[in-house]
Amino acid sequence: MTATMRLQQEPFDAAAEARALTHGRTDIGAVVTFTGVCRGDENGEPIAGLTLEHYPGMAEAEIGRHIEAAERRWSLRGVTVIHRYGRITPGEDIVLVVTASSHRHDAFAAAEFLMDYLKTRAPFWKRVELAASGGVSGWVDAKSSDDAAADRWGKKKPGHNQAAE
Amino acid sequence: MKVLYFAWVRERVGKPDEDVTPPASVATVGDLIAWLSGRGEGYAHAFENPRVIRAAIDRAHVRADAAIAGAREIAFFPPMTGG
Repeated sequence: MTATMRLQQEPFDAAAEARALTHGRTDIGAVVTFTGVCRGDENGEPIAGLTLEHYPGMAEAEIGRHIEAAERRWSLRGVTVIHRYGRITPGEDIVLVVTASSHRHDAFAAAEFLMDYLKTRAPFWKRVELAASGGVSGWVDAKSSDDAAADRWGKKKPGHNQAAE
Repeated sequence: MKVLYFAWVRERVGKPDEDVTPPASVATVGDLIAWLSGRGEGYAHAFENPRVIRAAIDRAHVRADAAIAGAREIAFFPPMTGG
């Protein structure tokens, strides 16, 4: 399987990443591309932008562990995960997951699995800057709905330290 | 050992990382949180609700009962909000 993972400040080109995954291949029958985009509001309040902080080293390790877990669970031909950090403004892309497989089910399921775990296990934190009140900013609270989404994939989560669960 | 802080834990503690040498009685991640809390007002504020604090040893998630013996790098942070 071809696996690519990058953390970067600059924007990415989702279409180009999907093309790169299938270029010159005839064993791929399905490509799922998920792009997470920065919304213009947080809990109904307009925002000027957000800043993503991450834990360098662990973010790569954790995403890598989840790519390996997806590869064990589904029949995948390729995976690309790109997560941006730094300042991002509404309308800009934040995260990209591309999965490729022979048949669509594996690509759909693996993309959803990877996103559910990226949201709850990859060490990234969002600080939002409100458009009003002089650009007051604050950290985004984790959502229990995201934990529930990750939990439905099963108790056993990837990682070297199962005690962490 | 090196201790790292992220997001609001980092802001409250007032630094991104530091080297600490806790006493031998500090055996687990939970013990370390309690010990760090006693180091000053910023630490006490950062760790005032230990149940919401997440931890990683050598870049892998761990729970509060994980042993810290042999750890090179321990990180403390709030629940993650990436993606």
